[in-house]
Amino acid sequence: MQSVVSPTSPPKRSFLYDPNVRGIFYQVLLICVVGYLFYMAATNVVENLQRAKIASGFGFLDVTAGFDISQTLVPFSAAGSTYRDAFIVGLLNTLIVSAIGIVFATILGFTIGIARLSTNWMVAKVAMVYVELLRNIPLLLQLLFWYIAVLGPLPQPRDSFQLGAGFFLNSRGLFMPRPVYGADIWAVVAAFAIGIVGTVLFRRYAKRQQEATGRQYRVGFVSLALIIGLPVATWIVLALASVNPVSFDMPQKGTFNLRGGMQILPEFVALLVGLVTYTAAFIAEVVRAGILAVSKGQTEAANSLGLKSGQTLRLVVIPQAMRVIIPPLTSQYLNLTKNSSLAVAVGYPDLVQVFMGTVLNQTGQAVEVVMITMGVYLTISLVTSFVMNIYNRRVAIVER
Amino acid sequence: MKKAIASIAFGLMAASFVATGASAQATLASVKQKGYLTCGSNTGLAGFGLPDAQGNWTGLDVEFCRAIAAAIFDDPTKVRFIPLSAKDRFTALQSGEVDVLSRNSTVTMSRDTQLGLDFPAVNYFDGQGFMVRKKLGISSAKELNGASICTQQGTTTELNLADYFRANNMKYEVVAFATSDETFKAYDAGRCDAFTTDASGLYSERLRASNPDDHIVLPEIISKEPLGPAVRHGDNQWGDIVRWTHNAMLDAEELGVTKANVDQMKGSDNPEIKRLLGTEGKFGEAVGLTNDWAYRIVKHVGNYGESFERNVGEGSKLKIKRGLNAQWTKGGLQYGLPVR
Repeated sequence: MQSVVSPTSPPKRSFLYDPNVRGIFYQVLLICVVGYLFYMAATNVVENLQRAKIASGFGFLDVTAGFDISQTLVPFSAAGSTYRDAFIVGLLNTLIVSAIGIVFATILGFTIGIARLSTNWMVAKVAMVYVELLRNIPLLLQLLFWYIAVLGPLPQPRDSFQLGAGFFLNSRGLFMPRPVYGADIWAVVAAFAIGIVGTVLFRRYAKRQQEATGRQYRVGFVSLALIIGLPVATWIVLALASVNPVSFDMPQKGTFNLRGGMQILPEFVALLVGLVTYTAAFIAEVVRAGILAVSKGQTEAANSLGLKSGQTLRLVVIPQAMRVIIPPLTSQYLNLTKNSSLAVAVGYPDLVQVFMGTVLNQTGQAVEVVMITMGVYLTISLVTSFVMNIYNRRVAIVER
Repeated sequence: MKKAIASIAFGLMAASFVATGASAQATLASVKQKGYLTCGSNTGLAGFGLPDAQGNWTGLDVEFCRAIAAAIFDDPTKVRFIPLSAKDRFTALQSGEVDVLSRNSTVTMSRDTQLGLDFPAVNYFDGQGFMVRKKLGISSAKELNGASICTQQGTTTELNLADYFRANNMKYEVVAFATSDETFKAYDAGRCDAFTTDASGLYSERLRASNPDDHIVLPEIISKEPLGPAVRHGDNQWGDIVRWTHNAMLDAEELGVTKANVDQMKGSDNPEIKRLLGTEGKFGEAVGLTNDWAYRIVKHVGNYGESFERNVGEGSKLKIKRGLNAQWTKGGLQYGLPVR
């Protein structure tokens, strides 16, 4: 019997003293205790809600909302939209400000991070002052600064600044012409798609040529010409043939606001600028740390091979620095997304403002609303870090 | 607003683990044990709930809480005021953070039946209106088509606004903020053409404008806003105390009992006054108070009319007329139920 259970172990003392069995026992016990705590909390909440006669359940999501939201990426109206629609509107608003914020914060952060290491004294100090100033002031104050002190004093709609044809700036936001696509827009879209495919093929060709012959092509210039130039050329040809693929809905002065056109709300701008400039300061430090982590010998080796300083940075330093940069950069992306919930302070209708604010208050179902909101932020964060981890695995050092 | 999220999350945790922080029938006992009343008040609305330069809370809603404290402790100062935004107010009451919410909150059916709350009284009959800048040159809310409108989120105001513009087939842009302060600042800074809230709030907020004379209140009243104190559903004794505090203040006004003459009135032969002031009958004991509960209220705070005039009426900067809030004998809606 003994030999069947564990043929290699010395003569068995007691089942109770087996460290493996004990280990498993404690793990199971812990899971049971944690599970029981959650179960108790959940049943307690349900009981308390029932006793206090507070409505519960998720049925409220299908009830007509009855309020309006200033920025909606999908159609929403007080007339027929439900609380579920309000949730989707808030979620999309959070996602769009986070996505755009991440792109700009990355660009600005890398620029400033590299600037901090510049040999030019002035550039390095300006970058340092930027970083120290922005990362040491609470984000909420910065948002209020952008919203109240910078965007607040813009003129009333009647005295709008006009920035070229069809562009107006006033206290209600930035107004610009809204493109109205004609039936022939497919030609321009097709040209754009061809441009992208062409670029990919050309890059592959150029790389193979370079590896084979050492000859270099102007890849950037050709890519630009294909992706931007081709659709523009198509458009011009179509316009000359007087089948205009795109017409513009221009903003007009109305009684109160400008009418028509496309409007970018000052709340959105304040939140975006605040998030981007704040997060960029942290990303700059991450980038600086990453670059400094690449040993100086790499730069010297690259220089001795005759690479220019730009090429050294782009081809030698940054790729190695990325290994150090990616994990903390992921945290900054997550921070930016979560910080977007400070939108409440400047009246931007993000998920927290719309769902945890208005919806929670109109329905009174705090438990459900808070749970959904927490679930959403958790999901967004997990997806972001999943994607970044895939990228991290690709750039991570491959040991040979 | 992380603070608000934190407080809600904390409230939920408390609600889930503490067996019964807000159990039925326990509010009066817990208030007596604490030695003070916690009152959810406005974050700052002149005439209704606002701390003055010395940090003392003043206003019609604030005095209502003082009246409850006077009835329980014979001391109107035994109140702690917790300023709450429109968004956080009901959660604070549900989770037991405040004993009573006296914060110009509109009584509606869904709030009464779905939020686990009760509204024992209406201490101010109001309606929603609009304020605009004079230089826009408009004189009616019907001319607001296309306007940007600032409002506070989590209010009935936000819903009425949507209804009104839909019913009149007009377009608008809503800009919603979490607190009344942020909302009015945004309007004052020119973010919106119009500001909307309860009419009383409009007069009150106008005082805070950088130049109050630049703004006018439009004549339309677009909704019914009965404002009143709220308590948790299920504690009927506590609900009774809040209901009868309001009625005692109304009855005192109707019977001519004031802060100044209440001691004299104690010797009155009028049976209604005798019952109100506790020289006859045992009405106070039945709700867990002393029999001179109403005497204490009038002695320390005054009757409804006095409180109204002092805070929002002719004796205040707001100069709001009694209107709907006059006694029923003078054509208003305030009708004190009899102490009998």
